[in-house]
Amino acid sequence: MAFSIAVQIDDFDVGQEYSDLVANDVSAGAVVFFVGRVRDFNDGKNIASLSLEHYPGMTEKILQQILDEARRRWQLVSARIVHRIGDLQLGDQIVFVGTASAHREHAFQAAEFLMDFLKTSAPFWKKEKSRDGSFGWVESKDKDDKAAKRWE
Amino acid sequence: MIRVVFFAQLREQLGTAKLDVSIERVKTLSELKQHLSLQNPSWESALANTKLLVAINHAYVKGNHALADGDEVAFFPPVTGG
Repeated sequence: MAFSIAVQIDDFDVGQEYSDLVANDVSAGAVVFFVGRVRDFNDGKNIASLSLEHYPGMTEKILQQILDEARRRWQLVSARIVHRIGDLQLGDQIVFVGTASAHREHAFQAAEFLMDFLKTSAPFWKKEKSRDGSFGWVESKDKDDKAAKRWE
Repeated sequence: MIRVVFFAQLREQLGTAKLDVSIERVKTLSELKQHLSLQNPSWESALANTKLLVAINHAYVKGNHALADGDEVAFFPPVTGG
């Protein structure tokens, strides 16, 4: 479990994920994790819920590639990506990215790298339901492209 | 046979999630897009969207690309996960 990914309908337990990241390893002096959640407001709309679609097979492959690239760039003891699919409500957890390293710079940078590339290359799509009952696909954002480009 | 799959708003615009095209008809990605637009004229504008991403066998490709029997070609809008 030192380096792993998961795409799942079920929620995840941040405490459990943290325990797994540092399990049986006393060299991991620095642990960073990020959790993305369903927000109530996006592009001027009041959001009621989200549904997340993905491309089975390719999603897992891309997440694994991102994880492998992070291992090449930074000294990591462990890393984990969990991304949920299906119907999600306000405040629900969507994504977990965790990194553990002997050094905090490595853990911080690797976690940012994983999120930046996940957002621009992993084939997930969000469809929002607004409070007024209308549906709309979330638009990709230029700022996410810019964030990913700084690692090139 | 080439398996073609569509996702998210593109799937909704086309009203189709997947279809098969004979490899005899299309040897490249460009020929595949032409073929799809000819078969379904209402798809032309959606498939002409320059923001669409393309993957062959779960790997991103840019520009034209040769196709082989058994390939899975995916067309989809920019991704919005995370």
